[in-house]
Amino acid sequence: MLEAMNTIRPRFAPARRLRLLLWLSLAALLTLGGCQRSPLPLRLTNISGHMPDLDFTLTDDSGKAVTGADYRGKVVLLYFGYTHCPDVCPLTLAQLHVVMQRLGAQADGARILFVSVDPARDTPPVLKAYVNAFDKRAIGLTGTPRAVEALSKRYRSAFTREPGGTDDSYAVSHSSAIYVFDRAGHARVLATPSASHDDLVHDLHLLLDDGATP
Amino acid sequence: MKLLRVARLCTALLLGAVATIASASSADEIRVSHAWLRILPGALPAGGYATLHNQGDQPAALTGASSDVYAQVMLHQSSVAGGTNRMRMVHAMSVPARGNAQLAPGGYHLMLEQPRHPVRPGDVVRLTLTFADGSTRAADFVARPANAIDAGDTHSEPAIVTKPQPTDHTQHVD
Repeated sequence: MLEAMNTIRPRFAPARRLRLLLWLSLAALLTLGGCQRSPLPLRLTNISGHMPDLDFTLTDDSGKAVTGADYRGKVVLLYFGYTHCPDVCPLTLAQLHVVMQRLGAQADGARILFVSVDPARDTPPVLKAYVNAFDKRAIGLTGTPRAVEALSKRYRSAFTREPGGTDDSYAVSHSSAIYVFDRAGHARVLATPSASHDDLVHDLHLLLDDGATP
Repeated sequence: MKLLRVARLCTALLLGAVATIASASSADEIRVSHAWLRILPGALPAGGYATLHNQGDQPAALTGASSDVYAQVMLHQSSVAGGTNRMRMVHAMSVPARGNAQLAPGGYHLMLEQPRHPVRPGDVVRLTLTFADGSTRAADFVARPANAIDAGDTHSEPAIVTKPQPTDHTQHVD
């Protein structure tokens, strides 16, 4: 590229010169944008730059109003579910607990955010007892149906109350994805409950190391 | 003479036993292992899991369960389609002849609701399993903590079962 620049002579036709200038500007932009830091060799689905930053206005399991900004500085694992889900939600949270255990002391730099898609039944106390039964670094979040829906839509996740249930007993279909955000709140990894523990531990190590020493 | 009568009686008993074996119910042929419950805090529903081994030559089907401890027990199936997790009530889980079927996290499971008294990890809860032919059998399920990943009697890496995988030890025709 440098050689090419040295060979530029003013005798070039204006159109050709303009084209060269455009190419050089593009190269400069790419250098600035892409090579600022080398991309992390993540093993799971890399969603860096493809999903919006972590942002929401909800209530945590101690009844406090929280926003996405409250979790900056932590690597966040975001998962949608509900407490009356006896099978897949506990399975996913139990597996995330295993992953957190494997991270050892580093796990303190991470938080599991369990967002209820059933705010009618999942009050902060119910959520607190539920998430604490899995991992002490898990936090239950709930809010108005509108706020929960806004967060779910933000990550193109969906949930539906299944027809046929009674007022007290019903199931909620919901996205099974786990969204992982880095310490700056940027979306980085999309994991499914069937992701291997090794891959999840690997990627979390990278994200926890990244920016641990600013 | 008396001896002959005893011999006749024995033969009759033996024939009776053979006849019973020949028309054995599903409950007679099913063995249950790795049975456990995932206990969630408060009165939240629990998940019930087990491996069913069918030792008979006829396919069997689990249709439900009941318990003195839980007011309601339902057979459910979780599934993931297009990234969405669903849970639905099902009427039966088949257990192939000379094969196994699993009630496992992420697949078929029992949903136990409204405990009549608190169940704690370590407790043993007796469930009565019901089969399609109307037969029933009791099985003891060990209560395990919320973050358990299996029955706790194996050290293998747990796998999410999205559909029941009949793993058979002998020949089995699908």
